[in-house]
Amino acid sequence: MNKKVIATTSLAGCFGCHMSFLDIDERILDLVELVEFNKSPIDDIKVFTKRVDIGIIEGGCCNTENIEVLKSFRENCDVLVSLGECAIMGGLPALRNGIPIEECLREAYLDGPTVSENKEGILPNDEELPMLLDNVYPCHEIVKIDYFLPGCAPRADLIWDALVALVTGDEMNLPYEVVKFD
Amino acid sequence: MKDKILEITSKYGDDRGRLMDILIDIHDLKGYVDDANIEVLSEKLGISIAEVNETVSFYHFFTKTPKAEFNIYLNDSITSNLRGRTRVKEAFELACDATFEGKSEDGMFGLYNTSCIGMNDQDPAAIINDVVFTNLTPYRVKQLIKALKDGKSLQEATYESTGDGKNSDPDLKSMVFNNIRKGMMLLNKDYERFEVVGKILAENSPEDIIKTVEDSNLRGRGGAGFPTGLKWRFGRRVEGEHKIIICNADEGEPGTFKDRVMLTEFPDLVFEGMVIAAYATGADIGLLYLRFEYRYMYNYLSLVLEEMREKGYLGKNIAGIMDFNFDIRIQLGAGAYVCGEESALIESLEGKRGEPRDKPPFPVEKGYMNFPTIVNNVETLASTVKILKHGADWFNTFGTKDSLGTKLLSVSGDCRFPGIYEVEWGTSIREVIEMAGAEDVQAVQVGGPSGVLVSVKDVDHLGGTELMKWYKPSGMMVAQKTYDRKLSYSDLPTGGSIIIFNNKRDLLKEVVMNFMDFFIEESCGSCSTCRNLPYIMKQKLQKILDGHGVRQDIDDLLSWGKVIKVSRCGLGQTAANPILSSILNFRHLYEEYVQAMTDYDNTFDLEKSVEAANKFVGRKTVFHHS
Amino acid sequence: MDQTIKFTIDGTIVTTQKGLTIVEAAKDNGIYIPTLCNFEGAKPKGCCRMCTIKINSRYMTACTTPAADGMEIESNTEEITDIRKSIIELLFVSGNHFCPACEKSGNCELQALAYKYQMLVPRFPFIFPQKGIDASSPRLMKEQNRCIACKRCIKTIKDEEGRNYFAYKNRGYALEVILDPELGKDIPEDLAKLAMENCPVGSIIYKEKGFDEPIGSRKFDKTPIGSEIEV
Repeated sequence: MNKKVIATTSLAGCFGCHMSFLDIDERILDLVELVEFNKSPIDDIKVFTKRVDIGIIEGGCCNTENIEVLKSFRENCDVLVSLGECAIMGGLPALRNGIPIEECLREAYLDGPTVSENKEGILPNDEELPMLLDNVYPCHEIVKIDYFLPGCAPRADLIWDALVALVTGDEMNLPYEVVKFD
Repeated sequence: MKDKILEITSKYGDDRGRLMDILIDIHDLKGYVDDANIEVLSEKLGISIAEVNETVSFYHFFTKTPKAEFNIYLNDSITSNLRGRTRVKEAFELACDATFEGKSEDGMFGLYNTSCIGMNDQDPAAIINDVVFTNLTPYRVKQLIKALKDGKSLQEATYESTGDGKNSDPDLKSMVFNNIRKGMMLLNKDYERFEVVGKILAENSPEDIIKTVEDSNLRGRGGAGFPTGLKWRFGRRVEGEHKIIICNADEGEPGTFKDRVMLTEFPDLVFEGMVIAAYATGADIGLLYLRFEYRYMYNYLSLVLEEMREKGYLGKNIAGIMDFNFDIRIQLGAGAYVCGEESALIESLEGKRGEPRDKPPFPVEKGYMNFPTIVNNVETLASTVKILKHGADWFNTFGTKDSLGTKLLSVSGDCRFPGIYEVEWGTSIREVIEMAGAEDVQAVQVGGPSGVLVSVKDVDHLGGTELMKWYKPSGMMVAQKTYDRKLSYSDLPTGGSIIIFNNKRDLLKEVVMNFMDFFIEESCGSCSTCRNLPYIMKQKLQKILDGHGVRQDIDDLLSWGKVIKVSRCGLGQTAANPILSSILNFRHLYEEYVQAMTDYDNTFDLEKSVEAANKFVGRKTVFHHS
Repeated sequence: MDQTIKFTIDGTIVTTQKGLTIVEAAKDNGIYIPTLCNFEGAKPKGCCRMCTIKINSRYMTACTTPAADGMEIESNTEEITDIRKSIIELLFVSGNHFCPACEKSGNCELQALAYKYQMLVPRFPFIFPQKGIDASSPRLMKEQNRCIACKRCIKTIKDEEGRNYFAYKNRGYALEVILDPELGKDIPEDLAKLAMENCPVGSIIYKEKGFDEPIGSRKFDKTPIGSEIEV
């Protein structure tokens, strides 16, 4: 049987969803029998090298780099999964939505209580940096997303069940204990 | 100021139930109500500040910010927009040196948008300090504002011309026009004032009266179509220390203005209907709930009531009938469409926010102050007078089998003769179009909450499921293929609002969007569905109109529209109808907008989304790739 | 006189005493009809529409409608279930319900209903409103972006004279529930705690309290909402 190809990424997230992924523990050995990883922080492959079956996205989109990566996932993957609250609804970073971006930047770099060494009032504007978006966007408001796995972080069992279902094509169970938003 | 506020509250017996009147009086006194006033009210009426605010913040014409000397409320209905509102609005802004939803610097003029004020046949119209100005043009606006700046009073500015019929009555003196184009039983002049109350009542028992109204098959003219005789029979049967007759004159359905004309031309007929209803049901308290927009009629109507008291047609032992005691008070609303719904209207009468009640219990069981309450429309009550005068059989010679009698239609929009048409039930849309002299018609909006036909045989289980079956409102936009549909309870029920649109109109951008804004503004907000869905659906429609729509968006709108049907009241249940009925009858307009080549479009605009941050950090937006 | 009445819910025959609402009667018979704004002991007011059922092909709210003899009620049909799920999703997108940062997470009834109806992602676009937080009371915080306007606080939190601590403000899409500025200043401790308890979501927060129960032991971590009713 051909192994399914998986890619993962973390956009505006905290890598907690990836940590939870690793929480499938010894089942990761079974997983390696079923799938191979392409672009992913797990194997440190930086660019897509082949067509991918399943792309897993952690985090929402807060800057232009997130958008670019998400779009490249959509182009290179047959199926995209939003993993975790941030990918699904913006999550913690999206608490800034509705607050003008100027105010956010001012708080972070100029006036905030933790700002101590920015007497010249420098704001990050190097052209190497990604540009900041006006809002933090859920992934499905940028590209089409096929499946959603909620949680902060999603339970390892949920991730495992979902992966098995996607790889085998079987229907997925959603036991009460594993579908949680926190 | 505190003394004056206390004077007002004591005038109304420090009664929390009269909060509407108290607030209206405070607004008359100083133009607005401030936190200090509210604190006094809270103390005096024994409710918290937040509760007083609940009522204040609900109504369009109550405000906590100081008002200007002249407050101009310009009608924002669709008919106003069709007839050049944009230019009139600009003219006001220019002449007053102010922008809408704000005041001029000198505090002389305040400019505000307002939902339909019932002047659709003479739009654009505005209310300025309770005085109505109709048929506005940029020129007239300029003249008007100049006159006011020159120190003329509003009255002086209007009295140059008064409207037709009783609008020129010295007690009314309004520049509003009746525009009665076709009259039948209600609008003809052979009405002999107070004949029914003065003579016929005494000759009949309450049972006889109810029987006659039942035999006439009269159904509620507000739109829901509940059999009037049946309602009165329920009312008669329920026990109560007091019983209440309410005349619903809160016609807020955009495009309806028939009640305004009835109250102008035949207020006596309407009040007489209330007295009949009181006699039939055994009621002792009468309330006319008059929408704030019609306040210019308040004194005129009060004088009619005064005359009736003098003649013994109101008060004790009316018309010589022993122990028949009944009087009528006029209660003003304060700008809320939802108060046209009978239970919301009752809440408002009790001084609260106009939030519809859950049914059951129906008002006829527990209404105003929990007393049995019969709520009838202006036109319905007027009809009962004619029925008692001429008999049920005579009434049954008008109309069709399931819809007997006549209907007042308020016709406006793109036609040569907007105004009031009294027609027999069974008249087709095509006939209405021809009567109104409309050409090149694209669509007709037949609006308003309305009913479906259900058997009326079983009157026995009061408050049971029989009553519930009746309350099923709908409104719709009619396309050409359906012009032969007939206005009737079984085919095309209506409260009488007919708005005609010609082929030059953009139905989606101009009409549907305007209606959605109306529902978003006028929802009471209590139901999760009606509070949120109209807003979300409007955003979706905007997405389609912006060219970002995909086919799925149309399907989404249809399926989301189903969810809103579980809302409590007619407003909520129909709040998505502008979108739903336009998809139903004008789907091709939507199809033209949606993209054929893609099934996903998120409207996300990358360049626009980085604009603000880049500007703030002083960075140029440069993308190195597509 | 015999006050027993008989009716059906999804074909199951249930009996009850006259005078109960459909929600109450169903509960007595071990049938759970989901509610949010309904609160035991307070007068029902169908605000959230969660308990929508169908009688005679008409939508009614089970929390306000008295049970009547012979009623045939549809509750757990595909249609009604989807409507209820839509309502949950609607409430999620119309506020800022970011569960991981909410004091009420795990004990929140809106969240619990989302679990029960297996909401993975709302079908509606997120609105991300910014309605602000009122922290002026020394004991309470009112987080407006989490409020679902269910009226439970309005109906149940009153002072000795019967005055309401909470009330609606504005109408339509702009509707909010506010805490009375004066009464809120010295709301007694027990009443403030009760306000937080009665709030089905995390909109009313007793200050300096929160996150004191470990994940796993909170009300809805392991048991779905309504399972205490269902037989």
